[in-house]
Amino acid sequence: MTSTAGVAPPLEAAPLPPDTGRRRGRTGYLLLLPGLLWLVLFFVVPFYSLVATSLYDPAGSDFRGYEMTWAVGNYVDALGEYWRPLLRSLWYGAIATLFCLVLGYVLAYAIAFKAGRWKNLMLVLVVAPFFTSFLVRTLSWKLILADDGWVVGTLQFLQVLGDDGRLLATPVAVVAGLTYNFLPFMVLPLYASLDKIDPRLVEASSDLYAHPAVGFFKVTWPLSLPGVVSGTLLTFIPASGDYINAELLGSPNQRMVGGVIQSLFTDANDYPAAAALSMVLMMLIVVMVLVYVRRAGTEDLL
Amino acid sequence: MTGTRPRPRTGPSAARGGLATRRTVLRGLGGLAVAGASVGVLPLFGQNGAQQDPAECAAPDRSGDDRLVVVSNWPGYIDPRRDEGNTRDLFEERTGVTVRYTDDINDNAEFYGKVRNQLGSCEPVGRDLMMLTDWMAARMISLGWTQPLDRKAVPNLHANLIEPLRGVAWDPDLQFHAPWQTGLTGVAYNAAKTGEIGSFSELLDNPDLAGRVTLLSEMRDTMAFALKVVGADPEDFTQDQWGDAIDRLRKAVSDGQVRAFTGNEYLQDLAAGNIVACEAWSGDIIQLQFENPDIKFVAPEEGLALWSDNMLVPNGAEHQANAEAWIDHFYDPAVAARLAAWVNYICPVEGAREEMEKLDPSLVDNDLIFPDAEMLAQTFAFMPLDDRQAMAYERDWSDVTGG
Repeated sequence: MTSTAGVAPPLEAAPLPPDTGRRRGRTGYLLLLPGLLWLVLFFVVPFYSLVATSLYDPAGSDFRGYEMTWAVGNYVDALGEYWRPLLRSLWYGAIATLFCLVLGYVLAYAIAFKAGRWKNLMLVLVVAPFFTSFLVRTLSWKLILADDGWVVGTLQFLQVLGDDGRLLATPVAVVAGLTYNFLPFMVLPLYASLDKIDPRLVEASSDLYAHPAVGFFKVTWPLSLPGVVSGTLLTFIPASGDYINAELLGSPNQRMVGGVIQSLFTDANDYPAAAALSMVLMMLIVVMVLVYVRRAGTEDLL
Repeated sequence: MTGTRPRPRTGPSAARGGLATRRTVLRGLGGLAVAGASVGVLPLFGQNGAQQDPAECAAPDRSGDDRLVVVSNWPGYIDPRRDEGNTRDLFEERTGVTVRYTDDINDNAEFYGKVRNQLGSCEPVGRDLMMLTDWMAARMISLGWTQPLDRKAVPNLHANLIEPLRGVAWDPDLQFHAPWQTGLTGVAYNAAKTGEIGSFSELLDNPDLAGRVTLLSEMRDTMAFALKVVGADPEDFTQDQWGDAIDRLRKAVSDGQVRAFTGNEYLQDLAAGNIVACEAWSGDIIQLQFENPDIKFVAPEEGLALWSDNMLVPNGAEHQANAEAWIDHFYDPAVAARLAAWVNYICPVEGAREEMEKLDPSLVDNDLIFPDAEMLAQTFAFMPLDDRQAMAYERDWSDVTGG
């Protein structure tokens, strides 16, 4: 009672605030509306359309039309026929992510702690490849790794590759392409977390006689975990769905699931199988991401 | 003191427990509602058949007062405007019709995806002419997506089309289509890197070529040859023969013999020496030979596949009469010769060879532009497929090419 009496005078002095407060609540929802509409139009509707397509009667065609007949068998067929490219995609995506993490961590660490006045320049250099098209950059890997090129020549000279060994059209080229193309997605979030670390914390660990390696694993690494988690997600998700690298740098034996989905959609016009494969890929990735984020203890990111 | 403490404690905790159960119940109900709504909504995403009646989807022809024709074609498939007396300027001078020309067709299947929704629901696509390869032209015609041509408006087409291209199964009377350019699919190799390649089956099993061979990514291109290799006729084969051909190809792929299935990209790989032999289109190789004389195009033992890209008038085209004038213009032998001299594909127009004498005598004897009867006798096409067969075969095909 006494407390309300204490609050009352300012309320009388300014009778408007509660009113604007309520309006502000409504304004909040109004401001949400465009975002919600956007989501419904460009996420919910297409998503339902994809789900429906994956359950189309597989006997449908453009001539007869497609009916949604709950044909769950599409999933079984698609998995039975294309489990190899599906697993391969996850595998290549995982290896590329690991390489990106190792390379990206070293680079981000150097930029954050050692670059000094070159910091901004180095960041620009990390982003600079985006100024040219993804396709052009991947095609130029074809030139670098060409069978008659100097990379293959050198490796043959060093006996790393056999005399008629090659890099193009092998898993090595595909994983290298993926690693290269998605490296910036790893470096930037890593840099953002590393840059925030107070160097005095590392200093403190050495004051307490921690070996630099111990200091790194006890201080720097745990503090950079949010960057590691978001970086690996940003790399792994697009890398395992990518099809350009496998298409340009691999052979049919390195084909990834993205390429299969694309050719089922555009060439074979087999929409049900293509949609079922897309759904499987999406569900697999969502489950893996959830498990990963739980285990890393960084739910806040979601 | 002791009385006041428990109260606030029990209050919130009881409320929390109540809220939690209520929340789970609400959550469960919400989930059920979403699931129920989804079950109701999903069937609405079915699609009707896309087949149309051309007569109902025809647009009124505005050719008379709107002197314009909108043409979609493949890149590099016409002589450039900067050339003196090019075929498009000539057309504009002769007819007074302005040409709006776009090279936005890169791939039959991709273009089909681009226009499927409009043409499938009787909507115009803003084009008066589009150029598509035989099988895609056949599909669009059977879907009823193209307008019949007025016979009287295209006399040159009926008079001058070369004999081998007449009477195709999917449009025997040239009611809907007019070939734009024709080409051959055969085998190309780099003579600096390998000996002569004489057959398509060598591409599939010569160990010297392992991993240095590409095949074309369109199903009909490659499977026609694979069928020939197993002794079947691509113009008339059985399900068993198809199965043999697919297995033959699958073996070559899993052995690592085939490096990739490509579109035009095989050109860069062949020029760079990454591949030494491939399945190839004739016109591409002629153009590559100007830069690298070691590249050879051969007719393999199995024969050559003959195909055309065809001019079609889509439903809802507003300038059909102008489009017909365009077709007639390009079936004038003098115009056809000028076009052939630039694009280097097979000219489908009778009499163009004589006109070429005046234009560029060096090309008259090029049998990849003016093939002789003997060469044409060994060409073959692909059996017309209905939509069920096409889908089943495409599925087998993507199974093999998909690894």
